[in-house]
Amino acid sequence: MQRRLTGSAEDPRIKARYRSEKRFKSYTVTALFVAFAIIIAFFTDIISQGYTAFWKTEIKVTLDYNERAARIGQFALAEDLRDIVSRGATRSIPLEIRNNPELAGTTREAWVPTYSRVDQYFKGNEELPPEMAAQVESLKEAGIIRTTFNWAFFTSGDSKLPELAGIFSAMVGSILVLFVTLIVAFPIGVMSAIYLEEFAPDNKLTQIIEVNINNLAAVPSIIFGLLGLAVFINTFGVPRSSALVGGLTLALMTLPIIIISTRAALRAVPDPIRLGAFAMGCSRWQVVRDHVLPLSLPGILTGTIIGLAQAMGETAPLIIVGMIAYIPEAPGSIFESATVLPAQIFTWASEPRKAFVEKTAAGIIVLLAVLLTLNALAVFMRRKFERRW
Amino acid sequence: METEVKTETTAGAQTMSQDVNNTPAVDESTRPDVKMSASQLNLWYGDTQALYDINLDMYSREVTALIGPSGCGKSTFLRCLNRMNDLIPQVKLQGNVTLDGEDIYDHSVDVVQLRTFVGMVFQKPNPFPKSIYENIAYAPRLHGTGTSRSELDDLVESSLKRAGLWNEVADRLDTPGTELSGGQQQRLCIARAIAVNPEVILMDEPASALDPLATATVEELIHELKDNYTIVIVTHNLQQAARVAGYTAFFHMGKVVEFNDTDTLFTNPKEQRTEDYITGRFG
Amino acid sequence: MGIGTTTLLLIAVLTPLGFLAYRLGRGKALTAMAAGISMHSRPQQYGWYSVVWMGLPALGVAIAAALLSVFGVIAPARELVLIVSIAVAALGLAHGLRAIRPEVRARNALDRVIRLLLLSAALISIITTISIVLSILFEAMRFFREVSVWEFVTGTVWSPGDTFLEAAGRGDEVGEGTSFFGSVPLFAGTFMVTAIAMATALPIGLLSAIFMSEYATHRQRGFAKPILEILAGIPTVVYGFFAAITVTPIIVDIAAFFGLDASYSNILSPGIVMGIMIIPFISSLSDDVINSIPQTLREGAYALGTTKSETIRQVILPAALPGVISAFLLGVSRALGETMIVVMAAGVRPNLTWNPLEDMTTVTVSIVYSLTGDLAFDSPQTLSAFALGLVLFTVTLLLNLVSTYLVRRFKQRYD
Ligand SMILES: Nc1ncnc2c1ncn2[C@@H]1O[C@H](COP(=O)(O)OP(=O)(O)O)[C@@H](O)[C@H]1O
Ligand SMILES: [Mg+2]
Repeated sequence: MQRRLTGSAEDPRIKARYRSEKRFKSYTVTALFVAFAIIIAFFTDIISQGYTAFWKTEIKVTLDYNERAARIGQFALAEDLRDIVSRGATRSIPLEIRNNPELAGTTREAWVPTYSRVDQYFKGNEELPPEMAAQVESLKEAGIIRTTFNWAFFTSGDSKLPELAGIFSAMVGSILVLFVTLIVAFPIGVMSAIYLEEFAPDNKLTQIIEVNINNLAAVPSIIFGLLGLAVFINTFGVPRSSALVGGLTLALMTLPIIIISTRAALRAVPDPIRLGAFAMGCSRWQVVRDHVLPLSLPGILTGTIIGLAQAMGETAPLIIVGMIAYIPEAPGSIFESATVLPAQIFTWASEPRKAFVEKTAAGIIVLLAVLLTLNALAVFMRRKFERRW
Repeated sequence: METEVKTETTAGAQTMSQDVNNTPAVDESTRPDVKMSASQLNLWYGDTQALYDINLDMYSREVTALIGPSGCGKSTFLRCLNRMNDLIPQVKLQGNVTLDGEDIYDHSVDVVQLRTFVGMVFQKPNPFPKSIYENIAYAPRLHGTGTSRSELDDLVESSLKRAGLWNEVADRLDTPGTELSGGQQQRLCIARAIAVNPEVILMDEPASALDPLATATVEELIHELKDNYTIVIVTHNLQQAARVAGYTAFFHMGKVVEFNDTDTLFTNPKEQRTEDYITGRFG
Repeated sequence: MGIGTTTLLLIAVLTPLGFLAYRLGRGKALTAMAAGISMHSRPQQYGWYSVVWMGLPALGVAIAAALLSVFGVIAPARELVLIVSIAVAALGLAHGLRAIRPEVRARNALDRVIRLLLLSAALISIITTISIVLSILFEAMRFFREVSVWEFVTGTVWSPGDTFLEAAGRGDEVGEGTSFFGSVPLFAGTFMVTAIAMATALPIGLLSAIFMSEYATHRQRGFAKPILEILAGIPTVVYGFFAAITVTPIIVDIAAFFGLDASYSNILSPGIVMGIMIIPFISSLSDDVINSIPQTLREGAYALGTTKSETIRQVILPAALPGVISAFLLGVSRALGETMIVVMAAGVRPNLTWNPLEDMTTVTVSIVYSLTGDLAFDSPQTLSAFALGLVLFTVTLLLNLVSTYLVRRFKQRYD
């Protein structure tokens, strides 16, 4: 019997078609693998550059509160150590002596941070002049130089000295900004969504609002910065660089995200529940408040968390409203000048000194970890409270 | 290639079906050639079985109608005949189906090649979002059966003529196929299938989405195509089966209850369930 | 007295008044009911009814006064506004309490108030858009009073002032006090970086989407999709760092290997990294449209004996084209407005070139640089940021509108 269905394997035309089939599939697989490779390279790169910032090099010194040290802190150190110890370690000695005159003439042993180049040398990022390298190596061997966990990175603010710089004030700034964003965007967003989904008549105004919200979600973030500058700062006189102006600006950006996800959550509540409540004589608002909102709350919160995570990573509009000031001390209120974590990363990234590269990367690691946690929380909430009707 | 379907040929199913029930009582000498044949065909969607031990012959240059209540497995069976079910990942299949005696589920079979022999027309017209001309010229160009522009022009014209659509669209071959009316779209799909020059055409309720007038046109067309093609048609409409088909199989709950020439099946069904169905007692 | 203090004081007075109003209103209704009078609504609703009468007019007065002074019509003293608002609140409270009678439909009135509140919340998004348009337009007009539109649109030299170029170490190139606002080199840079980004994102995004929707098993898809979406959650400042610290040196090295001279702020690096950022937009939107192509269309093609890739390339992709174009346009709109990556990795020198290994600057970079630092707010350089912002806003808005239109038409066709 003639085998027509299998004879095709010999047909050059069919062969060519199957070859191109294979080729095309391999393109798609390659594309995906390229994307994966980029992701892996990206994370490896950031982590390998940043993890060293979580450790710091310390040196044990004897601080001598002598007369000269009362004027220039550096003189509290043995002369051969002055280039090795961080200048920040002795900066406050004159002040200390002034406040506690009885300290004068005493000595004290302490572990203090080393100069950033020494720190970088031990981390393998930078070279030192040979004599200096030999000196610190022998100190290390003698146990006078050690490596410890860099808590200061989390507990101190920005500094011009890389070995002292930390993310604390930026974190506080981020929290203040997000607080303002949440306070403003959440109620307005949820109320808008309730109006559009549950109350709005199907008229021109409603359509305009809807189109408008969708477009607002696609406006480049830097434009919101211009808005914040022109309206909040120049027109309403909100203090520049403050968490308040940053939070308000981000609130306007986050608003569409919250509205869109809240509407989706409200829409997921099936109509029979509303009808049932109406049938019991509830007013429209009572139906929403007592039946629809409780059921859609997990969805609303999920959307809000995602919106806040996005706001937390935003930099461009905040730069425009002045949030890249040098902030060594954490701001005490939403009216004070503040910076946020991404802006801190930006400032460090523009530092020419090499020691700031690891700080930048470490700041990024912290930022990504926070964002990952927020997103995981959102996914968890969605999974946990998801209801299938 | 889509080779996700697991084909297990059971030993007992190797011999051609001699099941009395499924062999029409026609005289041996006048019985036409068997074009396609299914034997001991079982099919599962995941864990639920949709077809049970199907034995069915489809005769050359004849119209075979598959009737039965909805959900009884007609479409599923039809899609076994050109391995359309390969596209559904969880489908599992057992038994065999032959085309001119050749097992189409053999692992050496080239599915793409198979489908050029066994074409298909669907319930809902599905023209490609291309021009009328391109809808028809697409497959011949792909398969290399029509290469030059004039060859393709001829092929498009003859296919449209055979599908009875030429007069209506001759002057607008460049308009998108999706802009035709429902009946015209379905005839375009038939023309598209014809252009590949298949031997068998499968039709899954080809007229169910059409108005009565368009249905009549399509039925007429099927009647004419019968001279050149083997046609297997699924239909919900018993009158339609009676009008167009030489043979009819009655499916119920994934089994072939009765298979016979159409006249006998409709006038003198052997099975009670067949009679109940054609007299409208269920379905 | 600052505006903050005034607001706080107002809130400090109105909040206890609100509690008072609620208790009094509810108390009056309860007393009436205890006396056997049947009231239309529930007692709490009468409580809220008095709160509304107390708060709404007072807030209205305060907000109206604030708006009047902001827009410079009249600037009433803040103390005066505070006192008047509190007086209005007291009057409102008195009236609300007096108005509580059995036949008053407090519940219906409350529903109307709530509806109004919700509507005003929804209007805030409109107000936001209007204020974006107005504020940018207003400042841009001030800019165009000093610089001709013609120069802005056609000029090929952008040098807003010496400070800017001095910052870039090129102060000597421009004479004292001259500034040019020809935006062509900025838009050229933006165009270049966008083109590079899309040339990176489109093939990777689209092909990945094809793999996920046509070739991948259910499990592969469930694994690949979230991983790709990680890219969408990475902040742009992080991409900027990656571009500047990692990608740029690699590109310079590769270029040197081929004997080419690449700048350390070449536009190629931010372009590629921006493309990486846009991959998930392209892939998830394309995935959506490819998935919404009806299965019948695929089956129609397979029934004619096409292979999978032929079906994809010749039937599915053409059918999905409007959706893919829409995804592309959204990606372009993202790339045009992207700021941090270019600020951190691209140059600051306006440069009109076709060579992606040279440094170029973009619209967003100049917006940032004209608004940071200590500049007088109404200098032409500061105002130029708004003129550029106006163009950026208009273009991205148009792209977004076209893109939504395409998607809507596509969805309608396959419903
Ligand atoms: N893709 C599928 N996945 C799972 N079950 C299916 C699928 N397609 C059809 N079925 C089931 O198989 C049975 C037969 O369906 P079908 O062949 O479409 O019936 P008919 O065409 O006769 O109406 C039905 O019970 C149907 O639910
Ligand atoms: Mg069917």
